[in-house]
Amino acid sequence: MTPLLTANTLSVQFGGLKAVNNVSFEVWPNEVFSLIGPNGAGKTTIFNLISGLYRPTAGFVTFEGEKISHLAPYEIARLGIARTFQNIELFEHATVLQNLLVGRHCHRHTGWWQDLLFTPMVRRTELQFRRTVEEVIEFLDLQHYRDQMVAGLPYGVRKVVELGRALAMRPKLLLLDEPSSGLNVEETEDMGFWIEDIKHDLGITVIMVEHDMSLVSRVSDRVFALNQGEELATGTAIEVQSHPAVVEAYLGGADD
Amino acid sequence: MRFLFKTDYQQDIRLFKHGGQAFWYSALAVALLAAPWLLSDYWISQLVFIWIYSIVSLGLMILVGFTGQVSIGHAAFLAMGAYTEAYLHAHGWPFVLSLGFSALVAGVTGIIVGLPALRVKGMYLAIATMAFGFIVEEGVARAEHITGGNAGKMLGALEVFGIPIDSELRMYFLTLIVLALVVLGVMNLMRSPTGRAFVAIRDSEISAQSMGINLARYKTTAFALSAAITGLAGALYAHKLRFISPEQFTFLQSIELLIILVVGGVGSIYGAIFGAAFWIVVQQLIVLAKDWLPPGIGQQTGLQPTIFGLILVAFVLFEPMGLYGRWLKIRTFFQLFPFYRKGLFRRQKSYMKSERLK
Repeated sequence: MTPLLTANTLSVQFGGLKAVNNVSFEVWPNEVFSLIGPNGAGKTTIFNLISGLYRPTAGFVTFEGEKISHLAPYEIARLGIARTFQNIELFEHATVLQNLLVGRHCHRHTGWWQDLLFTPMVRRTELQFRRTVEEVIEFLDLQHYRDQMVAGLPYGVRKVVELGRALAMRPKLLLLDEPSSGLNVEETEDMGFWIEDIKHDLGITVIMVEHDMSLVSRVSDRVFALNQGEELATGTAIEVQSHPAVVEAYLGGADD
Repeated sequence: MRFLFKTDYQQDIRLFKHGGQAFWYSALAVALLAAPWLLSDYWISQLVFIWIYSIVSLGLMILVGFTGQVSIGHAAFLAMGAYTEAYLHAHGWPFVLSLGFSALVAGVTGIIVGLPALRVKGMYLAIATMAFGFIVEEGVARAEHITGGNAGKMLGALEVFGIPIDSELRMYFLTLIVLALVVLGVMNLMRSPTGRAFVAIRDSEISAQSMGINLARYKTTAFALSAAITGLAGALYAHKLRFISPEQFTFLQSIELLIILVVGGVGSIYGAIFGAAFWIVVQQLIVLAKDWLPPGIGQQTGLQPTIFGLILVAFVLFEPMGLYGRWLKIRTFFQLFPFYRKGLFRRQKSYMKSERLK
């Protein structure tokens, strides 16, 4: 079996700051892989390296065996890598439905001149898109919010809409940046169920950055801990949590 | 209040969402067709200006309202359209061809201007488009053998498919048809993936590209379409005035176009048309009011810009959503009567954005 995604000696440097330093890991198909670490450890930076928003200063990322580090973000999205953002980046002045439909963008095959005339082909694709989006709406229980503007939605719902938008892409790999941040206990629990369903029912591989260790232990197959841009430990949630380097990173060493 | 029972996804794609809309738009169509026989030539002529300005604002709306890219040089695209039409018309091109070609010339210019837009944002883009506006204005004044320079250029009589456009009535229908087609095109665009991509870029570039939207391509498309539609309006404008000169396409004209958008309501098709109508009507009202006002005020120079300035300030302060926003509120008030509450349209403060990526 070949890994779905690998990071090979990945480094990125902003001026004198090594945000990610010589990090390597591989993610296997249909697993939930969590990145944990204290604030500023470089977790989101790794996401930005995968989705092409940053260019690595050394090393590279492969997806399905192909190098992707030189590709533009939109090209990487088209390969089937979807993501959410830590601070929610929805299209605020559009309805939930329109937001999810944007998720289908990669799958369009009409040009602007066809859109201008709204040809039968455009209509057909729109209806197909809608059907896929409705499946996502049903999966995430968003029926109630379908026609509401995002700008008026509560935080917890926005978080789910953002997840929905990523799922509407029907990606092979889903990057979730702190899916539970800002959610209450009940919403976090729902999020956990969805992540499990995404893995089991939709067969999508998930890489997740998360601080809530109970959620991490519940859903992840493997956990990768890092601090100050460097790998500390990899393994199951329990192994990583009890690893001395991880304990030290979170709580400080005995000699501090 | 009307509740729609939806049983088919087609219902969300339709141009008319329900019978009521279809009825009112048909009524509007009848009114527009009947209007020229009920109004004097003077007001028909003003309506022609409203249609032309509506086309321009729709063009600008695609760029500013939907894609979120600023342009304060749009009068330049108007000029490109107007002068291309004037030149081709003088060389005997049939109107439909020369109209299309004017839009094409303006559109290609739009692509060229759009290229720096891929690198600069906000204020810097505004400055870049402004500079482009000045270049075209100056270029038009200098290229005397094509444009007639500062002395201006006259246009001969217009004929469309053998029908001479020799009265206000015929000009009215010509411009109305072009406007209707442009409105239809923009509506189609906004209910299809291209329009959604524009809105996505406006609201969050970072997540737009993570959704697979090629920013460079869509920003260029927005610039090209916006410029082409403005060029179309420019061609009609040239025929309406029958005389064009560089001082019609100044920086001030570009600013006026933006004011029309703000007054009408940024981000909606209605807004573009409301804004244009408001602009022309208020201009005429000021002219009429001059006769009634005491000469000390009525004959003052700069009366019109002052009033427009005040109107703009009032809109920004009291109705940032423009005339369209006000219309929405009034409509909702009656739909929900007596349950309308004041804060219904107030948006809650938006959450923190990922600044670290910008």
